[in-house]
Amino acid sequence: MPGPDKETDLTERIEAFLFDLNRGGSGAGPLRGSAETARETTALLRRITAQARWSSAGDLMEIIRNEGRRMTAAQPSETTVGNMIRRVLKIIREEYARSRGSSEEADQQESLHKLLTSGGVSDENFRQPFAALKPNVIEAINELLTELEGTTDNIAMQALEHIHSNEVIMTIGRSRTVEAFLKDAARKRKFHVIVAECAPFCQGHEMATSLSKAGIETTVITDAAIFAVMSRVNKVIIGTQTVLANGGLRAVNGTHTLALAAKHHSTPLIVCAPMFKLSPQFPNEEDTFHKFVSPHEVLPFTEGEILSKVNVHCPVFDYVPPELITLFISNIGGHAPSYIYRLMSELYHPEDHEL
Amino acid sequence: MADAGEPEGPERKDDIVKAKQEGKELTKEEKQRLRKEKKQQKKSKEKKDDKPSRDSEKEKKPASAASPAPQTPTQPPAQKAPSAAPAPVPVPASETPSAADKPAKSKAELKAERRARQEAERASKGKKGDVGPQAAPGKPKAPPSELQPVVKRLPEHVQVDNPEVLKKLAKKLERQQIPLRSDYGYKVSLFSHLHQYSRKAPLTQQLGIPSTVIHPAIVRLGLQYSQGIVAGSNARSVALLHAFKQVIRDYTTPPNEELSRDLVNRLKPYISFLNQCRPLSASMGNAIKYIKKEISNIPSQCKEEEAKRKLLNCIDCYINEKIVLAAKAIAKYSIEKISDGDVILVYGCSSLVNHILCEAFEKNRKFRVIVVDSRPRLEGREALRRLVQKGINCTYVLISAVSYILPEVSKVFLGAHALLANGYVMSRVGTSQIALVAKAFNVPVLVCCETYKFCERVQTDSFVSNELDDPDDLIVTRTGTTQLEHWQEVPSLGLLNLVYDVTPPDFVDLVITDLGMIPCTSVPVVLRVKNVDQ
Repeated sequence: MPGPDKETDLTERIEAFLFDLNRGGSGAGPLRGSAETARETTALLRRITAQARWSSAGDLMEIIRNEGRRMTAAQPSETTVGNMIRRVLKIIREEYARSRGSSEEADQQESLHKLLTSGGVSDENFRQPFAALKPNVIEAINELLTELEGTTDNIAMQALEHIHSNEVIMTIGRSRTVEAFLKDAARKRKFHVIVAECAPFCQGHEMATSLSKAGIETTVITDAAIFAVMSRVNKVIIGTQTVLANGGLRAVNGTHTLALAAKHHSTPLIVCAPMFKLSPQFPNEEDTFHKFVSPHEVLPFTEGEILSKVNVHCPVFDYVPPELITLFISNIGGHAPSYIYRLMSELYHPEDHEL
Repeated sequence: MADAGEPEGPERKDDIVKAKQEGKELTKEEKQRLRKEKKQQKKSKEKKDDKPSRDSEKEKKPASAASPAPQTPTQPPAQKAPSAAPAPVPVPASETPSAADKPAKSKAELKAERRARQEAERASKGKKGDVGPQAAPGKPKAPPSELQPVVKRLPEHVQVDNPEVLKKLAKKLERQQIPLRSDYGYKVSLFSHLHQYSRKAPLTQQLGIPSTVIHPAIVRLGLQYSQGIVAGSNARSVALLHAFKQVIRDYTTPPNEELSRDLVNRLKPYISFLNQCRPLSASMGNAIKYIKKEISNIPSQCKEEEAKRKLLNCIDCYINEKIVLAAKAIAKYSIEKISDGDVILVYGCSSLVNHILCEAFEKNRKFRVIVVDSRPRLEGREALRRLVQKGINCTYVLISAVSYILPEVSKVFLGAHALLANGYVMSRVGTSQIALVAKAFNVPVLVCCETYKFCERVQTDSFVSNELDDPDDLIVTRTGTTQLEHWQEVPSLGLLNLVYDVTPPDFVDLVITDLGMIPCTSVPVVLRVKNVDQ
């Protein structure tokens, strides 16, 4: 029977994906890019939609929510997984609403008027089965996948609008988005890039070699020299792991220092982040915000005699408040940090913020 | 006064050398007269039409106040009239008081006469390139009691992009028989005015063994500096002073030489050598100035043994006062600032800050320490070992984690390499960053610095004067595999390994020195007080 086979196949794939997430986030191997994770998550969700057994939109949403909770539990710091799940949930809601015939706009917006007049609980329980729902949802997910594939190129296309010639640009660590951004600008303009190496993993080294092979004048500096050289920098362009709901960032270690130094010298800080990194989380949850890796990256085991008497911390992420950021460049254009809340309301439904 | 004469013309040096060769022990007045005579001889050979002005000058000497008036008609034809005209003006200013008490101030008078002669020389000789620097040192000596406008020559180590300066340096080193160290690797264009050496090519490889020019203690010291074995401002100064003590012990005055002058000349090639191994720090510069002053103040009738003993004693006193006792005083002040329950953040390895923390711990203050470290030097591990040995509760992070750890911190203690006259703190690279983040989190920043590290330079950014360390240090990463191993082959890739940076005074809340606790902006006041004392 095709049913049970498909199901076991599906569960196998989900388990494999969870295992991958668990392992890939420990900092051991090469850290996989967020774009890959997003694509794989979306592909997996499409497969679930296609192969799982469900009859109404509500069932599908329930299944996806359950799987989503397991996926986010496997690697809480990988927020793109949660973001994609919320996107798909929103897609399902939209398709359901369209099938029902009601207009999307009126239902989605939470206005004060609606709160007062409708009297609270909405009558959506998504129980009505529609035959055309499955192919519509799958088609919409396919569109989402195409959008995901084009994000880096869309961002890189905007490079020439922001970089002029003979500039000195500073960046930290390794971001594939920023790499593509700078390489695209380098085709037409000559500028100089300073890369902060971002200890202890020193991903800045990879970034520097890759940029210099593309013919860009690159300099590698240590993290300690960020403030010292900042006075000569014209722009700071960074990538990030997540964009938070208040417009702040959860970025790699050392970005907050970079942002403070840029603010001190009134240097614009530009963040290149595709839309799938936008997450409805706020930075207040201290225990879930930070992620730590093994302290032997900082103080190796060869320093044995003091290792037992010392506390060593190796945080991976930094919080950057929105006041320090000048501009977000995403695949749909440039925005100020104060506009992020609006973009988020278009991407996710408020009820999906908590999976 | 003899020193003042030297930069103004190579002829002076030749005169003195000639006089020395004649075997006479000349007093300063005699030497000046000799110089005067020789100059006049040269003059009469070159241009005979200057004789009337010379004679008029000789008449002027007893009546020195009348000198400016007849000089002015000779100057308008020269193109240096605007530059020379203001120069005679300060001359009568000093000459009138000197004319008033003639017998007591004969030296000042002679100086003024010499200057007047110089002006006339310049006017008569026509265009010569060195009028500018001659006019400049001429002016500041005129009002000796007021603040001297400091016209310093730019040090060589920040003019690497100027080929003339490099040629001059090469000639000087050749004369002193010291090998020239060559730069290594691709230098980032922003820092093309600084040297960048490789640790794998120490200067001592180019020295013959045994080297007769440089004392072996100095050779060893130079190697220790260039390989980073002796690092840290205080350590380097103390090592330097100990090496100089050895040099003084082994020194014997050659016949017909004065210890006070010959020893200073003997030290010059050593200092050049050490400078080549690693650029001198501000504290070392101040120590060397002190030694040179002490040596030149040795009276000529002092016997050699006594003089050497005196010098060794002076050096010991200097180390004791300026470093050891200063550390005790600073520790005493700082302990008032440490309260129970404090979480103190320190950066890198500053001997002074470690001393303070150990003292505070012995006085039973309850605090814990967070040590922040940075690549590639990882000096914080050394500080960590020392503190853990004492039993202090420590945490260790890298500098990129500073914004994570700062909300826990109550105070930041930083060491300094030098304190500049405009209130900026020059210290290990990364210090300004820590001060910046601490300011953003409203944590007080205290800098601990002895007064002998105060420096008269001014600087506003970390580019104009800095030190570039070996760029290959950045390559080694902890995991062993590196991306940058072949960075030299990639033409557009550069590695930058800065050693120092400057912290603006608005990030620093307090500077604790052996004279007390002062704000950053009071540094020039302390310098002035020190200068008046000396």
